Amino acid sequence: MYAYDEIDRTLVNERVAEFRDQVKRRLSGELSEDEFKMLRLQNGVYLQLHAYMYRIAIPYGTLSSEQLRRLAHVARRYDRGYGHFTTRQNIQFNWIKLAELPDAMADLAEVGIQSMQTSGNNMRNVTSDQWAGVAPGEIEDPRIWAELLRQFTTLHPEFSFLPRKFKIAITASEHDRAAIKIHDIGLRLLKNEQGQTGFEVLVGGGLGRSPFIAKTIKPFVHGHDILSYVEAILRVYNQYGRRDNIYKARIKILVHELGIEKFAAEVEEEWQQIRDGVLKLDDGIIEDIRSRFFYPAYETLPHMPDELKQAAHDAKFEAWRKNSVSAHKVQGYAIVTVSLKPVGKPPGDATADQMDALADIADKYSFGEIRVGHEQNLALPHVRKRDLPAVWKALEAIGLAIPNVNLVSDIIACPGLDYCSLANARSIPIAQEITRRFANHDTANLIGRLHVNISGCINACGHHHVGHIGILGVEKNNEEFYQITIGGRADEGAELGTLIGPAVPYAEVADVVEDIVEAYLALRARPEELFVDTVKRLGVEPFRERVYATR
Amino acid sequence: MPLVKGGHIIADEFVRITDDAELPAQGAILVSETRLLADPQALLGRTGGKCGVIWPNNRDVDDLVPHLDRLALVGLVFPSFRDGRAYTQARLLRERYGYRGELRATGQVLRDQFVFMLRAGFDAFEVKKQADAEAFTETVKRYSVFYQPAGDGRISALHQRLQLRHSESAGL
Ligand code: HEM
Ligand code: SF4
Repeated sequence: MYAYDEIDRTLVNERVAEFRDQVKRRLSGELSEDEFKMLRLQNGVYLQLHAYMYRIAIPYGTLSSEQLRRLAHVARRYDRGYGHFTTRQNIQFNWIKLAELPDAMADLAEVGIQSMQTSGNNMRNVTSDQWAGVAPGEIEDPRIWAELLRQFTTLHPEFSFLPRKFKIAITASEHDRAAIKIHDIGLRLLKNEQGQTGFEVLVGGGLGRSPFIAKTIKPFVHGHDILSYVEAILRVYNQYGRRDNIYKARIKILVHELGIEKFAAEVEEEWQQIRDGVLKLDDGIIEDIRSRFFYPAYETLPHMPDELKQAAHDAKFEAWRKNSVSAHKVQGYAIVTVSLKPVGKPPGDATADQMDALADIADKYSFGEIRVGHEQNLALPHVRKRDLPAVWKALEAIGLAIPNVNLVSDIIACPGLDYCSLANARSIPIAQEITRRFANHDTANLIGRLHVNISGCINACGHHHVGHIGILGVEKNNEEFYQITIGGRADEGAELGTLIGPAVPYAEVADVVEDIVEAYLALRARPEELFVDTVKRLGVEPFRERVYATR
Repeated sequence: MPLVKGGHIIADEFVRITDDAELPAQGAILVSETRLLADPQALLGRTGGKCGVIWPNNRDVDDLVPHLDRLALVGLVFPSFRDGRAYTQARLLRERYGYRGELRATGQVLRDQFVFMLRAGFDAFEVKKQADAEAFTETVKRYSVFYQPAGDGRISALHQRLQLRHSESAGL
């Protein structure tokens, strides 16, 4: 956890006061909707199909139990009793009244939560690995750097009106859980041959209408120089990014049009002029930020406690443990992933009561800390292994002991037509139907790791391009159709999926997914060969055949 | 449009001269970049009064640099409040090229951008709405802390914290 101090608190409170004034001016008519739109977007407020939608940042996915309780309070007091965790370490509320928004904001500010720059054409919430600080083998806690970047990007005087939105993600592990290759800037923490800490910097990734995997712009930037390097990239983008066409305004298009070498040369030239200036970090500053992160006082615990051995006799517990519990860097502890994907429910939704209960569970068993990942699931990052059976029971009591993490029903989906004014097709009901089809845990387990991602339109909020199976809603003659891609992935080996054939109507999507899965089960070389690896080995053709032979 | 400078609404001493108009003998003038670059000597060497330029936001400020020391005003343009290229131009002019004359924000200038503009180096504002111009002093006091350093010399939160620590440990 990063503890806000007086400076952080002052800034957030000043922001709330500013927004209160802006809402007042909008309600009195002093501000036009066009002018207000830009201001509300900078504060995470969208106007959606039914109401205002409010998006709140959870920087690098770390929440305290107190903060989670406050989110529950906002859900209950200002919304309809639930919130929606997204793929960008944000939470969204769908039914907030404009006049009440400043109060909701002020309530959140009290516990150090804010919504600055959660939309609009500025630098967005900096995301990171939800296992940061606890993942075995990571270079160091990437949140130190994410926090430095959070501060750098917040209300930046030069980059608050960029050509388009701008997203930075950072990982410190070999296994990339932050999907850095589909971000505008991806940062991979590493140590160079001299043992210095720094970053591989990638640029120009993103999904949406024109998807791109980010390219490496510089293999090593020293940690001391990271802010100036990021500033150099942004400065080049702000000056030369396209503003004539919003579909071509993202940095990925600039990088693509210039070519990575030319773009890199521009950035280098700019960087050389500023690298030794005011943005240079020194160890004192980095240590100061590090010192404001709270780390639990871990005990010395056995690797395999008796409680866990006993619980292993319970098949239901074991099924959950196998896919929800991951190794922790400290012996005797574990990371628990809490799936927010119950059969038949919208992926990523949590009720206020569930949030409150989870906060209690975190207090009792996870040093009061909760994490949010881009898969729309939560995690308890520091659970004693001996407490796992108790945590499982407590989760079961609130309907969240769902044993499907990374399985076919652990679906990532955007809100689609049910909430989103840009949607072409529904996403949530498709997700619900697929979870029903694969509700049998044994079947799902047999299939193994398989990520299904669904977006209701080309904007790709559900990351469909990088789903092992990607489902994209399109509209044809006023009807919902879905394009299916396979073989995408969002991890360190990120790839875009390949279209398998013509779009299929709404009613057939779940059947198609079943067909693809059946084909995989028949084609895989060994039970351990993941779906994506089978696709990689064989290409899409055998899957295409299986799906379209009968259609 | 009201002009705010030094925190006050003031009368604009500069007169805008179109590209084909004759130069007035006396008084401060404001010209387009085309006119300036067509004959910088005539404009900057003029004895009747100061000269300023409106520089478009899609042209490199590098082309302006050779003339900076003789310009009394550089006006940068916000064709819409969404187009933030002039923030970068302002910082480059102030921080990299050391321009010390008037740096004026023109176009769609609203009160909600004042803080960003001040921090980027602007010191004069052609404000779109009278009410915004009147609210200037109040609006720029909205923020008392800043996370990142910019050219306005304000200390960033990172450094502010270190200073606080030092003074604490020194028992001050
Ligand atoms: C209902 C309100 C929402 C609206 C209006 C909306 C709108 C958009 C738009 C227009 C884009 C494309 C921008 C561009 O490429 O320049 C986008 C991208 C994105 N949205 Fe949403 N979105 C919404 C909700 C969500 C939700 C609920 C999630 C997560 C589940 C999400 C996650 C994302 C992500 C990850 C991207 C980036 C895709 C990429 O890498 O290009 N959004 N959104
Ligand atoms: S992908 Fe399209 S439909 Fe889905 S949330 Fe994003 S904008 Fe809306």
